[in-house]
Amino acid sequence: MELARLVPLLLLFAWLLPLGSFAAIVFAGPRMGRGGHKAAYLATGAIGAALVLSLAALGAWLWHHPLAADSQAAAPLSGDWYTLAEFGKLRLAIGYYIDALTLGMFVMVTLISTCIHVYSIGYMHEELGEVTDPLVRGSDGGPLVRPGRFPRFFQYLSLFCFSMLGLCVAGNIAMVFVFWELVGICSYLLIGFYIERRSASTAANKAFIVNRVGDFGMIVGIMILLGGLGTFAFGDHLGAGGKVEPGIFSQVRPASAEHGLVVPDGLVRMAAADRLAAVYASMPSADAAEEEIARQIPQLRRAGYGYWLLILAGLGIFCGCVGKSAQFPLHVWLPDAMEGPTPVSALIHAATMVAAGVYLVGRFYPVFAPEVLLVIAVTGCITLFLAATIAIAATDIKRVLAYSTVSQLGYMMFSLGVGGWAAGLFHLFTHACFKALLFLCSGSVIHACHTNEMTEMGGLRKKMPWTAGTMLAGCLAISGAGIPLLIGLSGYHSKDAILAQAFSFARHAPAHGWLFYVAAAGAAITAFYMFRLWFMTFAGKPRVEHIYDHAHESPAVMIVPLVILAAFAIGAGWTLPVVNWGLPELLEQARPLGTAEGFPEARTIAGLVIPAEHYSHEPALHRIVSLAAFAAALVGFLIAVAFYGLRLLSAEAARRWFAPVHWLLVHKWFFDELYDAVFVKPALFLARQAAEIDRGVIDWAADGSARLCVLIARIDDWLDRWIVDRFVNGLARWTWRLGLALRPLQSGQLRQYVVMIAVSTVTIFILVSIYRNYALLP
Amino acid sequence: MPLLNQPVSLSHYLVVGAILFACGILCMATKRNAIGVLMGVELVLNGAAVNFVAFSAPFLRGDAELALGLDGHLMTLFVIVLAAAEAAVALAIALCYYNTHATIDVDEGDELRG
Repeated sequence: MELARLVPLLLLFAWLLPLGSFAAIVFAGPRMGRGGHKAAYLATGAIGAALVLSLAALGAWLWHHPLAADSQAAAPLSGDWYTLAEFGKLRLAIGYYIDALTLGMFVMVTLISTCIHVYSIGYMHEELGEVTDPLVRGSDGGPLVRPGRFPRFFQYLSLFCFSMLGLCVAGNIAMVFVFWELVGICSYLLIGFYIERRSASTAANKAFIVNRVGDFGMIVGIMILLGGLGTFAFGDHLGAGGKVEPGIFSQVRPASAEHGLVVPDGLVRMAAADRLAAVYASMPSADAAEEEIARQIPQLRRAGYGYWLLILAGLGIFCGCVGKSAQFPLHVWLPDAMEGPTPVSALIHAATMVAAGVYLVGRFYPVFAPEVLLVIAVTGCITLFLAATIAIAATDIKRVLAYSTVSQLGYMMFSLGVGGWAAGLFHLFTHACFKALLFLCSGSVIHACHTNEMTEMGGLRKKMPWTAGTMLAGCLAISGAGIPLLIGLSGYHSKDAILAQAFSFARHAPAHGWLFYVAAAGAAITAFYMFRLWFMTFAGKPRVEHIYDHAHESPAVMIVPLVILAAFAIGAGWTLPVVNWGLPELLEQARPLGTAEGFPEARTIAGLVIPAEHYSHEPALHRIVSLAAFAAALVGFLIAVAFYGLRLLSAEAARRWFAPVHWLLVHKWFFDELYDAVFVKPALFLARQAAEIDRGVIDWAADGSARLCVLIARIDDWLDRWIVDRFVNGLARWTWRLGLALRPLQSGQLRQYVVMIAVSTVTIFILVSIYRNYALLP
Repeated sequence: MPLLNQPVSLSHYLVVGAILFACGILCMATKRNAIGVLMGVELVLNGAAVNFVAFSAPFLRGDAELALGLDGHLMTLFVIVLAAAEAAVALAIALCYYNTHATIDVDEGDELRG
């Protein structure tokens, strides 16, 4: 079968398998064995099969587009599986847009999800029977006892995978938006899995509501693109009559302009609507007006019409990604998402939810103007620094990892913003591997210790050698450990690429050079807090004796995924020599057309040049950055060793010296308090006022009218009972009495009737004779 | 009695009809036997028929130019036919009545008493 048919077909099945598993568990979950334990096998089987299909699709793709050291962009496959509706030129379709990035995402998502599924079988086993939740008080005052929800967990996991895969394969923005929201609702369901815990339900609400803020911007962006370009589709597709309808990407970067960024006609028309209306009014016929407009459009475009709309569209799309990928103003939901079970945290942080935002920025890269990229870079930079600093002071093991995720996502956004398209997405892939690993390790620790507080752990390395070893690999990977200039763990390669691009950006646009230094400092902080975590958990002496005594290594079903993920965390960044198989080469194939040579100088911000990514590969530049990044990571590592490993310095003393800073970091830069004061409190205040109005005015009016109705009904009832009923009943009673009175006349005696007839006749005759003066009487 | 001194005229016939009618009514009102009641009915009908015939006979009426109509005769014939039919039906009723009550005393049949 040819590639253009085979790959979409494989991905279609890979995508729909989790949906099938979801549907099966919805309908038959609790009946699948004792406690529904077979649901786990179904879900794991589905995602495992999806992994196999994704690998097959990737294999087929690579067979046709072999990787090389200087991979060229390969044309993406785009088309529709099913058209839902058609309104004129606008099509709502279930479509696909498949390039190497899509395939990479499929393999990554299914691989990590498979590991997490397997791990969950072990981690969630308590849900098989009745669960006693010590954190919730039941109706009898003791801990809450509830039935287990094992199948439901896997049902949500399947839906989550389905949504994420749908998002990756989506061929148009409408579909992206649908799956975007599905991912959101899945995260909501899973974060709130322990729904009885107030903190969990609040965290779920928070995640959902904060994401809505971002989605609002995304809808604005989608509307601008739809209004200006008249299509949802990413790629070109055959329209009615065999004409090729250009998709979003080829409208913004048309082949006629050598894939340079061009404001599409539609956006120019939208921006200059007033002028064009005047042209229409002045021209004799519509055709002539169209001709005149077509003549004027290049002129208007040069004058800058539509450019702001393009920026706004880009910012809108990015706004959605800010919410989903937990970037700076909207990052507050991700740490709270720790309330879900740990495998869910791993899934959200590594493969699905937060990856979606970075993926979408990567996907929409051709549409972004340089100004938008600067916003992305600055947002990412602020995020990475803020989150890294907060992670220093956190003591909850999952919270440290959560802030580290926020920080790493900031790196990815930052990289995309400074022009490192491949570097940013490369980091997305490597980060997925080691962050899933770190979370599952922390889950293993929590499983053993039944606490999240690192201050109660310590010395666990002897009790849990596998967990400690794999987690060390994860820590080394995220810190970017390696032998400089030669080889390293996965994080070393991706972070190097990001910093190199940042350095190249700082050279080309010196006004924004500070971003590089912040990112480098972030690398040092990353190494510091990750090793702080590892040392506090696994090294030293046990801090709380009974927790240490109780701790035990996790079962094999949880350890095997850790080992697999550790292997990927170590090796995902490598490029195999000779065959040149590696993630950077794969991503290079997917690079959007026209972005390889960087971006021209921005129209509105002087001196903003986004350099091409290949500058960052120059050996001279790369060497400096590699050494700088390594030095930064080493500094962070050494500080962590000094404080927590060898205890040469006292963390207590440091905390006292920097008390105000520590106070600021422990309170997470007061974002929650700020949002609480600025948004939540006023919203609650408004709600309370509205409730008062509801109770005081509307309820009063409603109750009053109800009471009035009752009164009128009473009067009506009285009238009915005492007037109408009496009249009708009286009539009936009189009729009855009359009947009774006449009854004796009907004796049934024939002879009596005869006499009566005769007498009556004669009587009538006599009467008539008297009154009519008839002849009977003289 | 002035009528007895005069030649036979309409009035005489009317008197005869009235007597017949009165006898019939009396018979119906006094007889407990259903057959007797039927006979009374016949008398009543015939009393009426005599009246019809009397009124329609021209020489009895004395006004010849008005007397050509045969309507009285027709009505009489109609009454006779009706009486025959009525007798048949009434006898059938009497038989049924006997079947259900084992008597033909009409006083026994007071099921329709109010």
